[in-house]
Amino acid sequence: MSQLLEIEHLNIRFVNGGKETEVVSDLSLSLDRRETLGIVGESGSGKSVTSLSIMRLHPDETTRIKGAIRFEDKDLLALSEREMQDIRGNKIAMIFQEPMTSLNPIHTVGKQIAESVLLHSKATKKEAMARARQLLELCGIPDPDQRMKEYPHQLSGGMRQRVMIAIALACDPELLIADEPTTALDVTIQAQILELMKAIKKDRDMSIIMITHDLGIVYDFCDRVVVMYTGEVVESAPVKELFAAPLHPYTEGLIGALPRLGQPTERLSAIEGMVPDAGDMPQGCHFHPRCPYATERCRAEHPPLTTLPDGRQVRCFRGKGEQ
Amino acid sequence: MKTLRDLLRQKNFMFKLGIVICLAWIVVAILAPVLAPHDPNLGDVTRKFLAPSAEHWFGTDELGRDVFSRVLYGSRVSITCGLITVLISFAVGVFFGGLAGYVGGVVDDIMMRFSEMIQSFPPLILAMVIAAALGPNISNSVLAMAIIWWPNYARLTRSIVISIKQNDYVTASRVLGATHTRILGKELLPNSVGSMVVMCTLDLGNAILMFSGLSFLGLGIQPPTAEWGAMVSAGVENSNYWWVSTFPGLAIFSVAIGANFIGDGLRDYLDPKMRRSNS
Repeated sequence: MSQLLEIEHLNIRFVNGGKETEVVSDLSLSLDRRETLGIVGESGSGKSVTSLSIMRLHPDETTRIKGAIRFEDKDLLALSEREMQDIRGNKIAMIFQEPMTSLNPIHTVGKQIAESVLLHSKATKKEAMARARQLLELCGIPDPDQRMKEYPHQLSGGMRQRVMIAIALACDPELLIADEPTTALDVTIQAQILELMKAIKKDRDMSIIMITHDLGIVYDFCDRVVVMYTGEVVESAPVKELFAAPLHPYTEGLIGALPRLGQPTERLSAIEGMVPDAGDMPQGCHFHPRCPYATERCRAEHPPLTTLPDGRQVRCFRGKGEQ
Repeated sequence: MKTLRDLLRQKNFMFKLGIVICLAWIVVAILAPVLAPHDPNLGDVTRKFLAPSAEHWFGTDELGRDVFSRVLYGSRVSITCGLITVLISFAVGVFFGGLAGYVGGVVDDIMMRFSEMIQSFPPLILAMVIAAALGPNISNSVLAMAIIWWPNYARLTRSIVISIKQNDYVTASRVLGATHTRILGKELLPNSVGSMVVMCTLDLGNAILMFSGLSFLGLGIQPPTAEWGAMVSAGVENSNYWWVSTFPGLAIFSVAIGANFIGDGLRDYLDPKMRRSNS
C-alpha cells in the first residue's frame, strides 16, 4: 500500500430524471508518490469527471459513484463532508482549465491566495499574506507586492493561471490535479506555465495528475499515461513506451493525428468518426466503428482490460504486445 | 476608513449629487422645528387651499395647514419608515434567498413556496391585515411593510446566488476546502450585493408611497402627523389644488432619486472592474 492514490473499479453514473447514463465505467488506476500521471482522451471521455470525483465535487442527487478512491489508504468516498474539507486544498489541490473564471472577481489576488493558507493552518492574516507574496514570487510573477493588491481582471490569462497555481500550492498538497491547465492559454504562455509546473514538480515531493488532450504535454511532462475513451481506460503505459509503440488503435490514431513541424503534409490526419454518445454505446468494443482493424469479434464482444507481462495495460483483442 | 475615503473620492458626479440630496434631507429632518415657518399641525380652516404665496411657499391644504412646514416635518416620518422597511426587508431577504439559492433542492422549493405565499396576497391588503391585527401604530406598520416586502429581496438574491454558484471560482473555493458558510459569505453574497444595493435604493421611494397607502387607510401614521404619502393622497382628492400633492410628491421623488444615485455609485464602487483608480 505504498501508492498515494488508488482508484478501484470506479463507476460513475449521472442520473437525469430517472434515466441513468454511465460516464465512467470500471476505472482503476494508481498513482505513486512523486509520480506524474497523464490522463488523455477526447472531450467526453470521462477524464474530468474522474478528477472531480477524486475531490468529491459531484452533487449527490445527480451522481451515483461506486468503487473506491483510496488516498493515503483512506477511502475518500466514505469520508464525511467535514473530513473531505480537510483534504481539499490541504492534501489534494486542483488547477482548472479556465483561469479567467476561476478567480473571484471582487477579491484581490493576495487575499485569495492567503485565503487558502488561512483555511488550513492557524496562521495569522499577516503571516498568510506574507506566504501569499512568497508563493506569487515562486510562481514567477514579477512585482509580487503590486500584484497582491490587484484584482483578477487586471491580470492576463497566463498571470491568472500562475495565481491559480500559487493558490493550489499554498498548503503543500501531496497531490495536484491539473485539469487541462494550459488549454485556455496562448501557445507561448502554455510553454511558460509548463516550465513553471516542471520546476515545481522538481522542487517538491508532489504527485501530479495531468489531465489533457494534448499529447505533446504528456510526452513532455508525464511519467505514465492513461488513455481514456468513452469512460474506460483503453491503454495505460509509461510515456516513452506508449509513444514508441502504441498498442491500442485509438492511441495509435491519437499519436498519428499529431501534426509535425517541418514535414509538409497535404492535410492533417484525424481519427474518422465521432465519439459515440454515452446513451448510445456501440455493441462490443466501443471503438470498433472508428477502428481500422475492427473484426467480427470486436463488433460482438467487449474486450477486457488486459495486463501484459511488462505491466502495460490495453483494452484490445489485437494488441497483445505485437505491433 | 480607507475604503470610505476611496468611496468619497470617486469621480462620479451622480454619486456625489445623490449624497448631497440625501444629506440635505437628513439635515432637514433633524432641523425641521427650526426651519419650518409654521406649526405643521395647526390649521386655520378659513385659510384653506391658499395658493403658494410669500407667506405659504407651498400653499395650504384642506385644513389650512402650511404645506411647506408639513413637507419639512413629513421627512422625519417618511424617510425613517421607508428606510427601516427597506433595511429589514433587505436583511431578511438576503439571508433567506441566499440560503435557498445556495442549498437548492427541496429546501429551496419549500422556502420559495413560503415566500410566494406571501407574495400571492395583494400587498396592501396583507399589510393592512397585519397592521390591523397588531394594532395601528407606526412601528407595527413598519413591521407589516417589512413582512410583505422581503420576498422581493429573497427572490432576487436567490436568482443571483444561483447564477453565481455556477462560476468556476465557487468550485475552486470548494476545492480549497472552504466550508459552505464560508462560500456563501465570502464568494456568493459579496458578489450579489451590488445589485441588491441598487434594488434597495430604488425601493425606498416605493416603500414611502406604499406606506402612504397604509396611512391613508388609517393604519399607518395617525393624523394629524405629517407624512408625505398621506399628503399626496389628500391632494389627489382635491385635485383642483395642485400644490397640495405636488410638493410632497416632489419630496418623495427627490429622496428616491438621491438614494438611487447613491445606489448606482455604490454598485460601481463594489465592482472592482468599474473602480477607476487603484491602490
